[in-house]
Amino acid sequence: MRKFREFIIEKLVLLCGIASIFFVVLIFLFLLKEGFAVFKTVHPFAFLGGKSWYPISEPPRLGILPLILGSILVTVGAAIISIPIGVGCAIYIAEIAPKKTKEILKAGIELLAAIPSVVLGFIGMVTIVPLAKMLFHLPTGLTALSGSIMLAFMAMPTIVSIAEDALYSVPKTYKEGALAMGATHWQAIWRVMLRAASSGILAAVMLGIGRVIGETMAVMMITGNAAVIPHSFFAPVRTLTATIAAEMGEAVIGSEHYFALFAIGIVLFVISFGINVTADLFLHKRQ
Amino acid sequence: MMNKIITRDLNLWYGDFHALKKVNAAFQANRITAIIGPSGCGKSTLLRVFNRMNDFVEGVRTEGEVLIDDLNVLDPAADLVSLRKKIGMVFQRPNPFPLSIYENIVFGARIRGTRAKRGEMDEIVETSLRSVLLWNELKDKLRSSALRLSLEQEQRLCIARLIAVKPDVLLMDEPCSTLDPQATERIENLMRELKNNYTIVIVTHNMQQAARVSDDTGFMLLGELIEFNETKDIFSSPKDKRTEDYITGRYG
Ligand SMILES: Nc1ncnc2c1ncn2[C@@H]1O[C@H](COP(=O)(O)OP(=O)(O)OP(=O)(O)O)[C@@H](O)[C@H]1O
Ligand SMILES: [Mg+2]
Repeated sequence: MRKFREFIIEKLVLLCGIASIFFVVLIFLFLLKEGFAVFKTVHPFAFLGGKSWYPISEPPRLGILPLILGSILVTVGAAIISIPIGVGCAIYIAEIAPKKTKEILKAGIELLAAIPSVVLGFIGMVTIVPLAKMLFHLPTGLTALSGSIMLAFMAMPTIVSIAEDALYSVPKTYKEGALAMGATHWQAIWRVMLRAASSGILAAVMLGIGRVIGETMAVMMITGNAAVIPHSFFAPVRTLTATIAAEMGEAVIGSEHYFALFAIGIVLFVISFGINVTADLFLHKRQ
Repeated sequence: MMNKIITRDLNLWYGDFHALKKVNAAFQANRITAIIGPSGCGKSTLLRVFNRMNDFVEGVRTEGEVLIDDLNVLDPAADLVSLRKKIGMVFQRPNPFPLSIYENIVFGARIRGTRAKRGEMDEIVETSLRSVLLWNELKDKLRSSALRLSLEQEQRLCIARLIAVKPDVLLMDEPCSTLDPQATERIENLMRELKNNYTIVIVTHNMQQAARVSDDTGFMLLGELIEFNETKDIFSSPKDKRTEDYITGRYG
């Protein structure tokens, strides 16, 4: 009887495993089927490299280069802001902060991670946007820069907590060895500990950026949503994710526009997948 | 003979715990001094007073004097960076940095901002590796990671990176405890060679090792330095009953 129960449970768990894989494959196939349909009318290169995105003109012009550039610009900006601050914060928490401060900071970071992205977007809209407009004398504060700043806040918790973990798990003997040789605390951190934690920190950065790339709601609210090739951080942009979210509702099912949005989904998938795999590689190198 | 390290009524507390009790000893230059005693008696603690590594422990308090070359190491105003350059420490587990072999050895120079020319650096690396008998093995892979060496090579490298900054004293805290007997013997030979130029203090759990390699031996028990004498005297005619009990194996 006992054995039979074990058997049933084992099979049930197996079933769950298979089901999840099955659904992932199904979703993936669906994405591919719908996405690749667009390439019947648009050449893949024209799609990826096309400079204009007018999906409802006649005939529709489906070049996603402005969207790719928009995503890249916003992401690079967020990375430039969040990586130094995030890693610095991780160093501070792992190595420098007194116990109390450390606890408070960690709780704060967790809190930041728990804020829903729409809420962050909304806060950004009423704070960062007008501020950017005023500070840089822009016609609108809805720019790539505003998006980057806000996304940096979203990437930060991931970067800080994983990088802090990586620093924390550096063997204490490295630090001791460096200090015993007369290194200052900072030299021990900079020359030895960061080096020892480098793969973990890179993974932290990758996962943080992965979060930024996939973010939708908040960027949609804050970057201005202009599907034109951006020439600076101070121009409005539109990202791949925002495009899908904004246009899927109005795209006629089965139209070229509809298929194009799925193709954008494939592009996003490839990017995210690449980033996650890289992060994984770094994390495994560590072990 | 010259006294290199002198402790005078040295006391140390970890919080309320009295870990070193009125330790008086003189460690001589160009000799190997072994510190033996059961686990937890304060051997490592004593060693770490000499290069002030206990400073990093919270709630530590010291009293008394530790004179190295007539300078009181415990002076709050002591220059720790030059102190630690003069007094190198080898740890129980080899701890080469996650850098290349070359960078491990020039680490000491780098943290002091020495603007040595490439050629001088190369020379430091070569002499240091030669003095620990690693040069021939490693000269062709100086740029590869130091973490891919054998434990013995790692421990030698750790000694080499200390030698690179020309210290006077080498503190070794159970440097062979992770090594096999052959590697241990080779490290002991290296120590005998190094003592011509350095003052060596070694903490060891292994009484045979103390007997083999050291010139002087101190026996510690519960934070006290019970007996300190030439090794051959300690092992042949210990003056204190407790020392005798320990070396004849009656304590753990
Ligand atoms: N950081 C610390 N805080 C509190 N107590 C400590 C600390 N480090 C060591 N002690 C205590 O001080 C005593 C001496 O420790 P020490 O490490 O010097 O012993 P040891 O002789 O080196 O032992 P072993 O042979 O096991 O290495 C021990 O009782 C230990 O528990
Ligand atoms: Mg010890």
